[in-house]
Amino acid sequence: MGVDRRHGADDGTPTPERRGLLDQLAEGYRVVGASPVRVDALAKVTGETRFADDLSLPRMLHCKLLRSEVAHARLLAVDAAPALALPGVVAVLTGEALPIPFGILPVSQDEHALCRDKVRFVGDPIAAVAACDEDTAFEALKAIRVEYEPLPVLQDPAEALKNEVEPLHDHGDDGNVHKRIAMQFGAVEEGLADADLVLDDLFFFQGNTHLPMEQHAALAVREPDGRLTIWSSTQTPHYLHRALSKVLEMPPSRVRVIACPNGGGFGGKSDPFNHEIVVAKLALMSGRPVKIALTREEVFYCHRGRHPVLMRSRTGFRRDGGITAMHFQTLLDGGAYGSYGVASTYYTGALQTVTYQVPAYRFDGVRCFTNKAPCGPKRGHGTPQPRFGLEVQIDKAAEALGLDPAEMRLAHLQPPHAVTANWLRVGSMGLGACIRQVVEGSGWRQKFRRLPRGRGVGLACASYICGAGLPIYWNAMPHSGVTVQLDRGGGVAVLCGETEIGQGSDTVLAQVVAEILGVDLLDIRLHVADTQLTPVDLGSYSSRVTMMVGHAAFQAAERARAPVARAAARHLGVPADRLRFAERRVFDVQDPERGMAFAEAVGLAEAEGGTIACAGSYTPPATPGRYRGAGVGPSPAYSYTAAVVEVSVDEETGVVTPEHVWIAHDVGQCIHRLSVIGQVEGSVYMGLGEALMEEMAYRPNRFGVHKIPSMLEYKSPTTKEMPPVTTWLIEDPDPNAPFGAKEVGQGPLLPIMPAVANAVYDAVGVRVDEVPITPDKVLRALAAPDRRVGPKRFPDLRIGEVMRVKTEAEGGDGTAPRPPRAAARPGARA
Amino acid sequence: MMRLPTFAWRTPRDAGEVVRILAGEGPSAAVLAGGTDLLPNMKRRHQLPATLVSLSRVQGLREVALEGFVRLGAGVTLRALERRADLRQRLPALHHAVTQISTPVLRNMGTLGGNVCLDTRCNYYNQNYEWRRAIHFCLKCEGDTCWTAPSSSICWAVNSSDTVPVLIALDARVHLLGPAGERVLPILDLFGEDGIQYLTKRPDELLTGVEIPDQGTARSTYRKVRRRGAFDFPVAACAVRLRHEGDRVAEARIVLNAVGPRPVLCEEAGALLEGRALDDEAVEAAAQAASRRAKPLDNTDHLAMWRKQVLKVEVRRALEALRG
Repeated sequence: MGVDRRHGADDGTPTPERRGLLDQLAEGYRVVGASPVRVDALAKVTGETRFADDLSLPRMLHCKLLRSEVAHARLLAVDAAPALALPGVVAVLTGEALPIPFGILPVSQDEHALCRDKVRFVGDPIAAVAACDEDTAFEALKAIRVEYEPLPVLQDPAEALKNEVEPLHDHGDDGNVHKRIAMQFGAVEEGLADADLVLDDLFFFQGNTHLPMEQHAALAVREPDGRLTIWSSTQTPHYLHRALSKVLEMPPSRVRVIACPNGGGFGGKSDPFNHEIVVAKLALMSGRPVKIALTREEVFYCHRGRHPVLMRSRTGFRRDGGITAMHFQTLLDGGAYGSYGVASTYYTGALQTVTYQVPAYRFDGVRCFTNKAPCGPKRGHGTPQPRFGLEVQIDKAAEALGLDPAEMRLAHLQPPHAVTANWLRVGSMGLGACIRQVVEGSGWRQKFRRLPRGRGVGLACASYICGAGLPIYWNAMPHSGVTVQLDRGGGVAVLCGETEIGQGSDTVLAQVVAEILGVDLLDIRLHVADTQLTPVDLGSYSSRVTMMVGHAAFQAAERARAPVARAAARHLGVPADRLRFAERRVFDVQDPERGMAFAEAVGLAEAEGGTIACAGSYTPPATPGRYRGAGVGPSPAYSYTAAVVEVSVDEETGVVTPEHVWIAHDVGQCIHRLSVIGQVEGSVYMGLGEALMEEMAYRPNRFGVHKIPSMLEYKSPTTKEMPPVTTWLIEDPDPNAPFGAKEVGQGPLLPIMPAVANAVYDAVGVRVDEVPITPDKVLRALAAPDRRVGPKRFPDLRIGEVMRVKTEAEGGDGTAPRPPRAAARPGARA
Repeated sequence: MMRLPTFAWRTPRDAGEVVRILAGEGPSAAVLAGGTDLLPNMKRRHQLPATLVSLSRVQGLREVALEGFVRLGAGVTLRALERRADLRQRLPALHHAVTQISTPVLRNMGTLGGNVCLDTRCNYYNQNYEWRRAIHFCLKCEGDTCWTAPSSSICWAVNSSDTVPVLIALDARVHLLGPAGERVLPILDLFGEDGIQYLTKRPDELLTGVEIPDQGTARSTYRKVRRRGAFDFPVAACAVRLRHEGDRVAEARIVLNAVGPRPVLCEEAGALLEGRALDDEAVEAAAQAASRRAKPLDNTDHLAMWRKQVLKVEVRRALEALRG
């Protein structure tokens, strides 16, 4: 059982209580792995869940933001005074009042709550109004006068790379290059030279957005003693807490952030947002509660979604399909701000190595700023794009080598517990089982290259992290904490900073505690996502909650169980290691009649040792890589997925229809089985949207506006587009994970896009090397001499020095030699 | 959230009173039936009627008569039409078109009259006030450039109705009630040439119903092209009515929609078929001729070029469906 031992001294000792717990768990789980009614289910289905926009307070004001009408301009003047003079308007705010910048990453503190010097995309907020109602606020925006001095608009990252016009920001690696990375592990060119086949392919992955059902909302209030409380639809209350404290110059102890249940997040609510800071400031200024509820259009401007990525992949293959070396290059279109972009850039190069053996690997990545809504983390964060390229390229290699793509992958899997060329330690590795399952279940052998024309199957695989190994800001503290408090009535209060975003994290937390204490889910009262009351959890991102909250909850519950077990043991005259906690009872495993109610045992323990409130926490293990950039990619464990998609393709219209998806996911161990299946199916759904239709489109020749910021015209699949999905869960518990449970929220999305592309090729013999695979592209590919549609050029990324790290096989130690100090930055302007 | 602007609210009891109010208020009044088109447009501030004249209490607009001449009241909901098994039997193409409109929830509210009078659509127009300010507005609303075709003097917003092309193919007529009484005109004549003046209906006239002549032996079909199986307006559509005499086509009406501001009746394409057997060659020729009439531009979902390409395929498939 993986319990971190570094926090608290009691875990190292094999106490009788601990032995009893481990024996209890070894006898089989009662709650873990089942599908009890989710703790949030009743409120959700009866409409009683209080989302941020459901909140209302007496004397509450309504806030609206004035957003930029131009894509790039210097702000010469912003005059909000005329708005303040209007009846019903209580406060106005411009960038002047909020001079301190913020941003999710310490290295990219490049956002202001309201623009001060420049606007950088259509939708960038400039001023805010708080008024007695929303209509008044909306009308008051029209009274605000803004003077712009237009600047050249950049919307193409390849153009931005040239640095021919004034950059968007004065930070970053040079000009409009926000981040430039080049790193090499092992002898890449030699590996390519030794290969029997070298494929050099270009791919493009279009940007798309999260489209959560709930639009962001926030409500802030100044408490009577001057403290600030804010409720928000955020996935990361802890990071919002830090940003508010910084920008408002208030000690964190005077700021309270409560994350409401999110109506979907998918990464789109993981940044601290300008509107949250604005309502906080307006509440402090006015002394009245201030609320903002964004429109759908504004959610498109918050964005932080999938980066558009242009890719070049040069990969060497042996005759048997094994990879000799890979050189992967990415160019990311970052949009107007940094957001998670530096991490996103690293992620486009991080996980290529964890599925199949790649003995030598080089990655070059560049992220540019453009005058569009900022990109960031969307489900899969930076990895779906390269995974698309990699899995399509493997399909091409298999064909060129005359191999079955499933067999070829199976023959070269990364072994479990291996260290990859780029120093990621793989834990349990169920990809082989996943591939075998979908091959068997889909009838792959009878279908691949054998279906009638117009019908095809494609296979692809993927892997994803179970929580980032490092926090967003450097610190050595736990990533997650849980407090468990027992009451005499048999109730259990569980406090944790985790945030329910629909993924089921509340239920996972409750299940872990219920399993260990043998109580019912109904006995557990959760207090979550409140920075004033709950121990820190870093947030619902990077598929980290089950792993990290699970560990912390396990530890806290075990610590709470121990005194109860000791007291009960004494009272019953049974050794503590023979006690079991189940069915709200504590009893002797050898004589189950001999026992007492859990509540009674808690009472005895409380009488003996006082109130029982125990904390647990978790910090991920140290990572083997110690080079610059090694912080992105490591994880306590990796999930694996394989999928087969069957499509039909109408050759006259180019329309691609998914007919069936077979998907197997290595989740380690289910905590809540039905939610795991739901996450897999939801990922398939989202993946099909990305594969076939979703697109963050702009109109560069029409003032750079977003083309379609609405639910109707941003096309995302409906239930009518959803094919049948057959899901298998591979349960091979990971030693690093609580109960062995790995992630499921993001990984299953990844194979869908390349599997669709490979299926289209199987159906009609054309390669669409970009997503979305729209009907017009299929028709163009059918008419093209090379039967392909996709990017044709890859720009020079102007890579200078390449960081070289020896692989484990080369005898490396995970470090990179220090680069010479005087070396000029590549491409730096003179 | 997006909120409605303020407006005066009138709830007349009969059609005559509606027309009197419309005549009194002029173009600043709008008729509200199901509201599925008008209310979102008001929230985005591209329609700002000072007065809304509700049809909810008006008697006599929900009639459905299917004997001989079919007569359908303008106020009948799309859902009510969808539920009529006898309509499906009698006019399957129209019934099919109705089922293809938006979603079940919107069809519960939306009416036949609303779909016939549907405001033309354009993705430079169907946007928030703030978004449209960023492009300095457009010809159809508050601006002076048609961003779809900047050198154009007319508006290229697209007629996106599903029922209109079928009703044209079926040779339907519309009843308009005005201050001077009722006038009846072929439905094609209801539509203007421009995305702004897209209806020839005067502001003081009320569409009260649609009548459809007996179809005899003619058979019809409707094909709609859109991205998804629900929600979406057509981005190309065709309705075809064919009457055979023996193994020859006696009459063919091919109608296109969602490829320009006005639905297109392709007389030439129809004429190509008349007197001929519906063989592959004839079908291809007619499809070719019909698609030549389509001038889709880049203001809906999907690429304009693809819409034109696919429209030809759809006309061909429509004709093939009416073969046997």
